Amino acid sequence: MSMINLAVDSAVAIAERRRNRPGRSIYSGRARVALERNFMAFRSSNWIIVLSGFVEPLFYLLAFGFGIGKLIGGVTDGDGHPVQYAAYIAPALLATSAMNGAIYDSTWNVFFKMHFAKLYETMLATSLGPLDVAIGEIGWALLRGLIYAIGFMAVMAPLGLIPSWWALMAIPGAVLIAFGFASFGMAITSYLKTFHQMNWINFFMLPMFLFSGTFYPLSIYPQWIQSIIQAMPLWHAIQLERAFMLGNVSWGLLVHVLYFAVMIIAGLIFTTRRLTALFIK
Amino acid sequence: MIIARGLTKVYGDFTAVDGIDFEVRKGEAFGLLGPNGAGKSTTMKMIASVSKRTGGELTILGLDPNKRGPEIRAHLGVVPQQDNLDRELKVHENLFSYGRFFGLSRKFLKNKVEELLEFAQLTEKRNSKAEELSGGMKRRLTIARGLVNEPEILMLDEPTTGLDPQARHILWDRLFRLKEQGVTLVITTHYMDEAEQLCDRLIVMDKGKIMAEGSPADLIKRYASKEVLEVRFGSSKNQEVAEQISHLGHRTEVLPDRILIYSENGEEDLQAILKMGLEPVTSLVRRSSLEDVFLRLTGRTLVE
Repeated sequence: MSMINLAVDSAVAIAERRRNRPGRSIYSGRARVALERNFMAFRSSNWIIVLSGFVEPLFYLLAFGFGIGKLIGGVTDGDGHPVQYAAYIAPALLATSAMNGAIYDSTWNVFFKMHFAKLYETMLATSLGPLDVAIGEIGWALLRGLIYAIGFMAVMAPLGLIPSWWALMAIPGAVLIAFGFASFGMAITSYLKTFHQMNWINFFMLPMFLFSGTFYPLSIYPQWIQSIIQAMPLWHAIQLERAFMLGNVSWGLLVHVLYFAVMIIAGLIFTTRRLTALFIK
Repeated sequence: MIIARGLTKVYGDFTAVDGIDFEVRKGEAFGLLGPNGAGKSTTMKMIASVSKRTGGELTILGLDPNKRGPEIRAHLGVVPQQDNLDRELKVHENLFSYGRFFGLSRKFLKNKVEELLEFAQLTEKRNSKAEELSGGMKRRLTIARGLVNEPEILMLDEPTTGLDPQARHILWDRLFRLKEQGVTLVITTHYMDEAEQLCDRLIVMDKGKIMAEGSPADLIKRYASKEVLEVRFGSSKNQEVAEQISHLGHRTEVLPDRILIYSENGEEDLQAILKMGLEPVTSLVRRSSLEDVFLRLTGRTLVE
């Protein structure tokens, strides 16, 4: 028996297995191998750089939440309940953590792998398809976003910033947010060709972070500015996480979930199309 | 193994490959020769099923690459012109992760990676980062990586470009071994000695078309003479002398620095020149090579 089991599947047999499946030319069902590759590379990479992305929102929490927060005292949340200022901005910073983690890997790292390391070209010369690569890479970026979010939560708990059990929902919320940003980030990056264009991403990210209702309610702005901000992904992310963390859960949150679902799907479609156009033309 | 009929690739209004026919048989080493821009790499990409043809027929192992890309790619080993090793991974991880891309099991790869490290003479370098390797080592690792899925066809795009002579010879030796094991090789090169050494049969391409096809010896016989006599009279006198000696050999060619006489017996022609009272500054009789065939077919104009 065991002798027979020793016979291994050849690469051809593995590829043949899917020959009658729809979409086999774009997906081989092996997105996980891209994750494995990233994990291998990560083991020997610089942990300090990874850590820095996590520390950034933490500094904001300390400076604004507990520094400026002392001057402000409290604010009222969306439902009119008074909350401590730090507790008000903490969920926004949590959403930002998830976003940052996802964006780091899905933009600059993807750009490097695509144009300099030629990694996707190499992968697509094997029996992998572009959707495998897209899911694998986006999945990896998502993971980093999730880890940042969990780390941030772990800091918030002892600071007394988690008043509700609903807060646990902020973790799946962070997955959704990170997935959306990773997917969208990779799609955009795959269309960009120069460093100059890449810098536009950063140019866009900073104001989005500062003005998406992160540090104060949106009602401060005139209506037309509010409308612009409400179209931005980070605003939806912050609304979702703030509602979970402060326990103001309602069906209305589904709007934000839907927003991210669209972002995820659109990102996957465009990334796959772009990889196909670039490397399997 | 590979059959192409009227194979064409058009990019916009540029025709990179213009209706070529060829066949590659099992176990042979097949060469694609041509100057830069001849369409070799485009042809390789179409065979590797990462570029779709725009006209004609192409079947690889009986399958159509436009429809069965992933299955065909599982049969192939690809060694691109530029080493695209994973710079973030170690040597052995490069082989392992590439095998995983094909869906091969960890258990299988554990042994396979050791076997390939041995083959590429990189066992001692297994824990180095890929970017720390020398040019020759990188190329050997890229070839080993292309073998991880035990391909029936190994595609090599200019395998020895940029390597020093020692590294080239080691590489040729490795490729010979693969051939002995029955792996079909498809090689592009513009080194004539490499084509003569490695290829059983080859096509010479220029501007997307096939100029000639045959074994290296065949092509030399058909498009060049047995020997070549090279004589130099000084750049100012070459043209004048060439007219006097144009009756010698099959064909003469005047270059700025020397005259080439394609003939059956170079030594005899040299004696004839001396008898005419002409005294060349230097003279050389050599066997004609694939290089002469190549230059005859594709011209001497520099292609950038």
